Amino acid sequence: MNYTSQKHLTYNPSLTRNIGNKALTIISALFSIISVLPLILVIIYVLIKGGSYINIETLILEPEPPGDDLLTAGGIGPAITGTFIMTVIASIISIPVGVGGGIYLAEYSKSGRFAKFIRFGSNVLAGVPSIIAGVFIYAIIVSTKILFGSMFSGIAGGISLSILMLPTIIKTTDEALKLVPNDMRRAAFGIGASKFTMITNITLPAAFTSISTGVLLALARAAGETAPLIFTALFSRYYITSFDDLFYEMGSLSVLIYNFALEPYEAQNQLAWAASFILVVVLLSLNILSRWIGTLGAFSKHKV
Amino acid sequence: MSKKNIKSTSSVSLDNVSIAYGNSVAVKNVFCDIEKNHVTSFIGPSGCGKSTVIRAINRMNDLIEGCKLSGSVIFEGIDIYAEDIDPVEVRRRIGMVFQQPNPFPKSIYENIAFGARVNGYKGNMDQLVEESLIKAAVWDECKDKLNESGYSLSGGQQQRLCIARTIAIEPDVILMDEPCSALDPLSTLKIEETIHELKKNFTIIIVTHNMQQANRVSDYTAFFNTEKKDKDLGGKIGFLVEFDKTKNMFNSPKQKSTQDYISGKFG
Amino acid sequence: MDKASTSKFSLRTRTTSEKLIDVGFKNIVVAMASMVAVVLFSIFAVVYYESTESISRYGLRFLFSSAWNPVTDEYGAFTAIYGTLFTSIASLVIAIPLGVGTAIFITENIIPKYLRNVIGLMVELLAAIPSVVLGLWAVFIMEPFIRPFLNTIYEIFGFIPFFSTQPLGAGMMPAILILVVMILPIITSISKDSLKQVPSKLRQAAYGIGASRWTTIFQVIIPAAISGITGGVLLALGRAMGETMAVTMIIGNSNNFSWSIFAPSYTISSMLANQFGEADGSQVSSLMYAALILMVLTLLVNVFAQWIVKKLSLKYQ
Ligand SMILES: Nc1ncnc2c1ncn2[C@@H]1O[C@H](COP(=O)(O)OP(=O)(O)OP(=O)(O)O)[C@@H](O)[C@H]1O
Ligand SMILES: [Mg+2]
Repeated sequence: MNYTSQKHLTYNPSLTRNIGNKALTIISALFSIISVLPLILVIIYVLIKGGSYINIETLILEPEPPGDDLLTAGGIGPAITGTFIMTVIASIISIPVGVGGGIYLAEYSKSGRFAKFIRFGSNVLAGVPSIIAGVFIYAIIVSTKILFGSMFSGIAGGISLSILMLPTIIKTTDEALKLVPNDMRRAAFGIGASKFTMITNITLPAAFTSISTGVLLALARAAGETAPLIFTALFSRYYITSFDDLFYEMGSLSVLIYNFALEPYEAQNQLAWAASFILVVVLLSLNILSRWIGTLGAFSKHKV
Repeated sequence: MSKKNIKSTSSVSLDNVSIAYGNSVAVKNVFCDIEKNHVTSFIGPSGCGKSTVIRAINRMNDLIEGCKLSGSVIFEGIDIYAEDIDPVEVRRRIGMVFQQPNPFPKSIYENIAFGARVNGYKGNMDQLVEESLIKAAVWDECKDKLNESGYSLSGGQQQRLCIARTIAIEPDVILMDEPCSALDPLSTLKIEETIHELKKNFTIIIVTHNMQQANRVSDYTAFFNTEKKDKDLGGKIGFLVEFDKTKNMFNSPKQKSTQDYISGKFG
Repeated sequence: MDKASTSKFSLRTRTTSEKLIDVGFKNIVVAMASMVAVVLFSIFAVVYYESTESISRYGLRFLFSSAWNPVTDEYGAFTAIYGTLFTSIASLVIAIPLGVGTAIFITENIIPKYLRNVIGLMVELLAAIPSVVLGLWAVFIMEPFIRPFLNTIYEIFGFIPFFSTQPLGAGMMPAILILVVMILPIITSISKDSLKQVPSKLRQAAYGIGASRWTTIFQVIIPAAISGITGGVLLALGRAMGETMAVTMIIGNSNNFSWSIFAPSYTISSMLANQFGEADGSQVSSLMYAALILMVLTLLVNVFAQWIVKKLSLKYQ
């Protein structure tokens, strides 16, 4: 017999194999605990610490300049609207372009060389550090004053956010459309629909839920971004009051957190926590919402 | 759970085994004594629980979440579902060949050496690889490409490689779940010859849909069938209809449904 | 067959306007897809163009000098490049076992399924927390909490260059830890997906010949999933190199080179975040040069990631 069999089937806890297995199982459990711990700690601190500074005034007031008044630093109202406005600008640019690009990839050039190149390009673009997007927009928009002579502006900020959203949207659209069964396309052509009609009436609606999942995720990511904004939109303590204000510096929750976290004043730090509370609650909700929508999709990846 | 009156010649005994996936019972009340160094085949219509039962014999069902077993599976006098049993030891003594050939994405040589090493093999590895491949009747096809991937073989050769891999660990029992279902007639014949060879040293249990195959290779046959659960549930439960010498089973089945199944009236 | 069936329905002739819409739509979506290439190319072109002044002035010397003096106009990005590479690789070294270990834990049936799903969800939600919020948390909660531990290390191992300065707050070590938190979700979720895709017949094969759980994992499951895991690790590396806000807030932003991981340092992205707003003249060009280096680094990592996923996954088809 060439095998060292124990000749009985009972579990032998002192066997090297069994010790090793038990140890590795415990280690992997420990690693999992360590991996979820940061999330729990961050959320607890943001919710408790940030939540305790949330009241009507924090939500609507404009922030005070640092150091003027040590008791209250005002509120984060303009930052909330700023984040909202810039995310909307980014969406207005990146959703049509991204969905359009995805349509091209999935419906027109399934595996052509150009499509391969574009898919590769969006993967690369997705990997470009977000601060580079800020540097890029600074160089072509802010420093050239190309937007009617304005330099730092909410529009510039929105554009740089759109660069970050674009690859995600293209990719999810591409993948969502590819999951639509070809039978549906043949059926549409079979009744004489043009390709345009087929896409807008059949495949896009069929892929709608999956696409919106991706769009929501991209949006949530953009809304929390800071790096592309710090030298494009810069920061402003004031509410925008007119359309023209879009061409001036604009505040945002994320930049407010960055600026005020590093202030030596307690009151400013508190505003940073309050802003984090709002940002985290909104982003986590968007994330969970998109997951929930994802489970509804008829052709979503998770179901197939 | 006291030890049953087991015939000394039986290798594996199923004693009132019922198996459920989650809340739905798949097979119930199976009693069956499997003879040492003989071939036993499991036959029956699709979904009657043949795979479920055969997987229970070496605790492969442990891999399926929510799969529960009641009753006992006795192997050499020991209930392998008892609290203190190490399923890994069980699987080392009761090897398994699956319906789909599943070589590891490693070389042919490694496919066999891996299992041997896992089981603490101490002898000459080259010799073991060669012997196992010869016993599984694929040596001729493999001997010149031992370092190539297991996936470079045809489906039938892959399946025989998987059999060789199982033989190499020298189990007492070999379970085969439809080992020929993915193969052409010629490969099937080869594997049947292999089984004939193997039964000198191993106890073999084979699931098959092929009546002739059961007739050709097995000494004993177990026929499983399904019956409707409670009407409102709609599902089906498998059970063992008849278990006997293959000769008797095919010539004079005791149950009407066995007769019908064997003669091809349903299934 | 398609042709035949459409001709049957050709009672309705296609109007010119319908054809126009069809062609126009195609051209529009082609243009939109091209935007990716245009943006990507412009980013490179602009960053390169803006940095030409520094490239021609400093050449490769820029990579090896730690000078950063706007007064004398001497610039070198060594500290930032070293910081970028060191923090990202160190965070990877910590995050790989944690992430892959977690991925294994939640793909094996060790604990009940719903608990595994909860852990998986939590790790993925971690990715939704903005970098700047993690930075805030790192500054006010994490760093004060770990400082005593780092101090102990300093007191005991201070003779080793890597631990040779007293931890006084911001520094490379807390930056590495916060990077770990940021890249864990990427490694975990991509590893989890790749492990899940390993065909169950391979697992059965290993268990069927008497392999134990962890032998199966190490010798069969992980090798079969290695392409995806490697891809995820490389993506995480790219992410760590480009990560800006949290790092900027906690790394201390100092261009003085130090071997000590407790000392303040720089990464390229934190240098950009910190200085770009107020820079002018040749400093802008030097920052652009640094940005170009960062882009090339992340590009290499990303392209390598895509290549290796393709190459390794072919092996197991
Ligand atoms: N992993 C599983 N999870 C849940 N139910 C299962 C699982 N495997 C099998 N079943 C159910 O158990 C019953 C028996 O299945 P089993 O695979 O054992 O049948 P079988 O006799 O091997 O059929 P076939 O001849 O088609 O292979 C079926 O109703 C099946 O739906
Ligand atoms: Mg079966």
